[in-house]
Amino acid sequence: MEIKADKQHTYWNPYLGGFLLGIILILTFFFTGRGLGASGAAKAIVTQTVHTVAPTHAENNTYYADQFLGGKIPINNWLVFEVIGVVAGAFISGSLSGRVFFRVQHSPKITAKRRLWFALLGGVLFGFGAQFAKGCTSGAALSGMTVLSLGGYIAMLSIFGGAYIFAYFFRKLWL
Amino acid sequence: MGPLIPEIVSGQWNNIIAILVGIAFGFVLESSGLSSSRKLVGVFYGYDFAVLRVFFTAAITASIGLLFMDYFGWINMAALDGLPARVWPIIVGGIIMGMGFVTGGFCPGTCITAIGIGKLDGYVFFGGIILGVFVFSEMFPLFENFYNSSNLGDVTVSEYFNISPYWFTLIISIVAIIAFYITMQIRKRVKTVEY
Repeated sequence: MEIKADKQHTYWNPYLGGFLLGIILILTFFFTGRGLGASGAAKAIVTQTVHTVAPTHAENNTYYADQFLGGKIPINNWLVFEVIGVVAGAFISGSLSGRVFFRVQHSPKITAKRRLWFALLGGVLFGFGAQFAKGCTSGAALSGMTVLSLGGYIAMLSIFGGAYIFAYFFRKLWL
Repeated sequence: MGPLIPEIVSGQWNNIIAILVGIAFGFVLESSGLSSSRKLVGVFYGYDFAVLRVFFTAAITASIGLLFMDYFGWINMAALDGLPARVWPIIVGGIIMGMGFVTGGFCPGTCITAIGIGKLDGYVFFGGIILGVFVFSEMFPLFENFYNSSNLGDVTVSEYFNISPYWFTLIISIVAIIAFYITMQIRKRVKTVEY
């Protein structure tokens, strides 16, 4: 009996992925002096939008204002460009494995609608929390840990610790 | 001697490098399956530890690589961007993000990867991030004092614990290997989840 390998669900060995990601981090730090990130791009988008739509309101709020001090353009942000690259890179990888198509991925035990509502909630929490920590798993935790930042390790432990604390209460979404 | 920007390579290259880095990042994440929310949360329920293996391996590989380069004078590690240790804001933010992780099944980086392959839950999660950032920004005056509190500065773990960075990295590597082994045993005992 011939069993065809399912390309769509065949992923790399995680240690290989981790090793390559580590190499990417090394090169990024070597070239630019900074690490990766993601949530900062969302912050740049929000600030640019508010600054464009309601400039006086933005000026009166230090959180926004700090990002366009001295004539800086919020959307002209390293992370915004990086994130555009991430979409492209994921698309290329997904295309090679037949994983590019529109769908909602969810546990068969819940509806797609439920999944989407919780995805929204999860995003709001993540975006909100990332502001306090000044980063997310990629920027604060991963890149921070790479350069042995105490803050990076605290971020990693807090994010994963927090997730483990709440995991039981949301298990019905996944199991 | 690195970092190359801005002394050796012009800062105008920065955004181009950002795109290239992003492409590589997104490619590796997607190929490792980290664009799948059900795979990602597996680490919290014991049925798939890919996140742990990718994350830890990446951080340690990068740390070791940079330490080597620093030792040989190819890069000045002290000049690299670290994350200032704003202890309590990071802890509070981290716990909130953790809750976001198990409800939404993504983190910002992986949700963008999911967007790249057409997952609508990824799009919605990103919309949520935008909303969360906006709510925080508007409420900032309420949080401002806390946000700027308990800042120990850009301190490294080796400075804080007064341990050589080489010893620390060695210890962390051993911790990681033990964690990889233990989680392998856990996965064998947890009911398989098809996703």
